[in-house]
Amino acid sequence: MRGAPPETFREEELLADVIAGLIGDVRHVAVGNASPIPAAAALLARERGGGRPYVSLLQSRKHNFFTDGGRELFDCAAQGRIDVFFLSGGQIDGAGNVNLVSVGDFRRPKARFPGSFGSAHLYFVVPKVILFRTEHSRRSLVEKVDFISAPGRSPPNVYRPGGPVALVTNRCLFGFDRTRGRFRLESVHPGHTTEEVIEHTGFDFDRPAHVPVTTSPSAETLRQLREVVAPELAEAYPQFARTVFGIGLRQAG
Amino acid sequence: MPLARTLEEALAPITDGCMLVVPREVTGVAMEATRALVHRGVKHLHLVTMPTSSLQADLLIGAGCVDTLETSAVSLGEFGPAPRFTAAVLAGTLQVKDATCPALHAALQASEQGVPFMPLRGLIGSDILEQREDWRAIENPFGDNDPIVLLPALKPDVALFHAPMADKLGNVWIGRQRELVTMAHAAAKTVVTVETVHDGNLLDDPVLAAGTLPGFYVGAVVVAARGAWPLPLPDYYAVDEGHLAEYASLAATAEGFAKYLDKYVHARRAA
Repeated sequence: MRGAPPETFREEELLADVIAGLIGDVRHVAVGNASPIPAAAALLARERGGGRPYVSLLQSRKHNFFTDGGRELFDCAAQGRIDVFFLSGGQIDGAGNVNLVSVGDFRRPKARFPGSFGSAHLYFVVPKVILFRTEHSRRSLVEKVDFISAPGRSPPNVYRPGGPVALVTNRCLFGFDRTRGRFRLESVHPGHTTEEVIEHTGFDFDRPAHVPVTTSPSAETLRQLREVVAPELAEAYPQFARTVFGIGLRQAG
Repeated sequence: MPLARTLEEALAPITDGCMLVVPREVTGVAMEATRALVHRGVKHLHLVTMPTSSLQADLLIGAGCVDTLETSAVSLGEFGPAPRFTAAVLAGTLQVKDATCPALHAALQASEQGVPFMPLRGLIGSDILEQREDWRAIENPFGDNDPIVLLPALKPDVALFHAPMADKLGNVWIGRQRELVTMAHAAAKTVVTVETVHDGNLLDDPVLAAGTLPGFYVGAVVVAARGAWPLPLPDYYAVDEGHLAEYASLAATAEGFAKYLDKYVHARRAA
């Protein structure tokens, strides 16, 4: 702990810090579309690592070294050259299944989400997939998804070096046990409680007798996020950078 | 191949009922051409997005131009869900063939290589695979108890995109947007709108040639300045955020969408 007085921070900053911790010591982190918090986390991890891991933001011109078109990301992942990726879901269930398609009967849905993006492939081939969902509710975290965009686990004969390792929400951090196919509550974010997590989670999960509080971002982390990461994010996520960090749009190109 | 004189002339190959492949929202979407297609009233398209789309798919769907949509996702990104796409799915007026990004890339690569299918990892155990009658899992013939999914080649009638420049021979400079090349290789015909005409032959300069789609693959090229607007043209201009916000707000209702069409599609094209 530093001697400085406790900083106030935004939820997005806490989540980016938590995700940066989960990324760990790896060579290549890729971030898909519409994922500003994971993108901030990946850039934070790179800042902490002095320029490593490689970070590929699919939505960015600048933070994207691919020169072989949209397929290069997936080819790269299929070869095992991407270590960490992020997925969200309109629904995520207790077995780690992700639904990015629809609610209700698929043929006559009650709600429609954008679609599965690369999930049905990347969930299988990227070793560390971090699930994130900033709306932690019984609507989004369900017992069983209505449509499986990508399954949490596969039978032993299915080629699957990848899969989920954790689920980060606005209330807590869950780890995922791939052998048991279940989530385990690892920590509850400051200002939230275990009871609240139970109340707002639609699936059953494991938890220790004493659930720790998620560590708040340090003053140095907040400085890195605000001074280094935020301006970098503005190119790919102008609205997010403006709302969260007060960073104005810079013209691309 | 000479440059087309008008956008309408260049878009002639995009006929009612054709399979049209378009690039994802940030790699050079031919939006001016899309507005012209909506204005013309093209119908019954089988629209394939490579592999996702934003305003372009939403506009075509909202205007009633699309019967079948093959996509990995349609969304306005930071500006929220794609309202007309969502409404059409909920109303049951749009057939969606849900895919996953690398599957669309692979299915086009099969056409590009002239082979009937392409294998892809993943997908097994997903409802994406379950609901696709045209995709199937087989045993890897070179493996032992190793199921793998096969995707039939996707052969679009027309590929449509916007690029920075073309020369008078029909060569198109696409830079690093290599999926545009795959689209053009896979499609029977390719229609391109460009910002400007390059003086000379793009293939003469090795630096430019590496990022050039040869005119051999290109059916029609026409100049449409700021032709990707309000979407970005990578390395040239950024997305028009204000416009997308206005679209998201108007297109939230059928009436608002009709207003949007009047203002930005029909009035602009008639002008």
